[in-house]
Amino acid sequence: MLIFASCILLFLIGLYAIVTKRNLIKIAIGFALVEYAVNLLFALIGFKKDALAPIITRLDTPHNFVDPIPQALVLTAIVIALGTTALMLAVIMRIYGRYKTFDIAKIKKLKG
Amino acid sequence: MSFIPLYFALPLVSAFLTPILGKIYKPLAGLLSLITSFVLFILALYGVAITQEVPLLVYKMGNWSPPLGIVMAFDSMSALMVLTISIVVFAGALFSLRYMSHYTGQWKFYTLLMLITAGMMGLSITGDLFNMFVFLEIAAIASYALVAFGVEAEELEASFKYMVMGEIGGLTFLLAIALIYAKVSTLNLADISNAMQAIRGTTFFWMIIGMMLFAFSIKAALVPFHSWLPDAHPAAPAPISSLLSGIFIKVLGIYTTARLVFNVFGLSRATDPLFFNILIGLGLLSIAFAGLTALNQGDYKRLLGFSSVSQIGYIMLGFGIGNYEGVAGAIFFILAHALAKGLLFLTSGAVVYSTGTRDLKKLAGLGEKMSTTAWSWRFGFLSLAGIPPLVGFWAKFYIIKGALKADLLWLGLVAIILSVLTLAYLLKIENSVFMKKGKSDAKPAPFTMRIAMVFLVVLIVLLGVGFQQIIDFIVGPAAHALLRGLEYSQLVFGNIALNF
Repeated sequence: MLIFASCILLFLIGLYAIVTKRNLIKIAIGFALVEYAVNLLFALIGFKKDALAPIITRLDTPHNFVDPIPQALVLTAIVIALGTTALMLAVIMRIYGRYKTFDIAKIKKLKG
Repeated sequence: MSFIPLYFALPLVSAFLTPILGKIYKPLAGLLSLITSFVLFILALYGVAITQEVPLLVYKMGNWSPPLGIVMAFDSMSALMVLTISIVVFAGALFSLRYMSHYTGQWKFYTLLMLITAGMMGLSITGDLFNMFVFLEIAAIASYALVAFGVEAEELEASFKYMVMGEIGGLTFLLAIALIYAKVSTLNLADISNAMQAIRGTTFFWMIIGMMLFAFSIKAALVPFHSWLPDAHPAAPAPISSLLSGIFIKVLGIYTTARLVFNVFGLSRATDPLFFNILIGLGLLSIAFAGLTALNQGDYKRLLGFSSVSQIGYIMLGFGIGNYEGVAGAIFFILAHALAKGLLFLTSGAVVYSTGTRDLKKLAGLGEKMSTTAWSWRFGFLSLAGIPPLVGFWAKFYIIKGALKADLLWLGLVAIILSVLTLAYLLKIENSVFMKKGKSDAKPAPFTMRIAMVFLVVLIVLLGVGFQQIIDFIVGPAAHALLRGLEYSQLVFGNIALNF
């Protein structure tokens, strides 16, 4: 249970970074933390102690396999996270090109 | 060969053909998107026709049966969403042909347009929770890129703001999925809805619903999670603003909420009044706050952005009322608002195309110079403000009727009073852009842009005049599909054998 709670804690730390940090890159790192926390949680959900890889052979009866679905989900989630992170960093680079700063307090051409 | 996977497969194929064709001959990219969206429109009409006879069609991906395999569950509600998406995308693609001609990298634009379509289509027909997340992210990532498409300083800033908010929503949804999977070990919506009944009412159950509501409120831009929308939607090119405001926020925020709340978690006003009162509260807050803020805006598209937040509130209100009339009204409102707001953003695009500005103080005298645009604007505006016999009136009428039937007389009155706000802020644009006399050297909008606007005007009038048929054949069945509640899972498992 503690290990799940620490995943949620990691999620919250990432969220804290996103909400309070003023540097764009640090916000992106906050997202990386949040994504990492969720993926870790998924991987832990499927984990069983001393279990085998879920490959059915004639010798093994399927009684102590780890759950393979969360692993498949994590792979998909990682790909999506890669897409968002790449796009976010690309936008940050372009923002730096326009404003010459990473500080969100100085990036405020939009009102309200 | 089933037609259901075509809804998201066609735009996906088209998205990845676009770069190749666009490289060979530039205009082909736009043409391909236009043709794809038209085919989708025809397919959506076919889908509506088929759901009249069979309440729910199931398509098994790779022929794996649920709950192990991924399924697509296509019912009347999905049919309505698919139809609305295809209409707005078609109008947007038609409008883009000329509007996007002065941007560089057109094929990138159409690729993203088709990706966003594929994401929304997939989201409306999927019957699998994780699949829902994947489609949601496909649509969301494409929309972040489209908001930043002009790569000006404001657009990048808006896109970043939108991305931060949107991803917090998306990742919260993913966390909720992880927790659900940990508890019930399944991802099929129908299977989850069976399994969740055992833990109904526990803290865990409400925590999941709270996280989902938080995530989708961000996606739907309900006040107090709306701050990204008035920046992001105006920053995008006009056809994309029309798509984002018209349908995107409704698919990602409203449809997902409705589907999960009614069909998966099986909540209803009779058993969980508190939750539905929260929806009503969120709705009223959005209508009032965003409506009042819209009154102070001096930017054509930004005002419309706030108007979207305000109108989304009516949809939430309708779902919050929770009886047949309320839900049907909310669903009708999705359709009506998609047409009207799509149209209004297209007119803003036409105005920007001709004059190069969207500052209300600098615009004047366009009523005579751009008469088609002006009259299209007026139809959209009157429909949104709820003037009979246009379609927007009937949508609002059903929501208010639902409020009265649920013995919420005060709510009906408040909704009527607040709709004066809609009229007020839209009149501001009407006055300063189209009514006010002034010198202007604007030329009328190009032909294809006018066709796109007139297409939506015709639909607004037709659907308004024939509202009874719309209620009987499209909106009513969709409302029944949602209010069917937990029978959804029986239908999904019962209809596996029917192979469409």
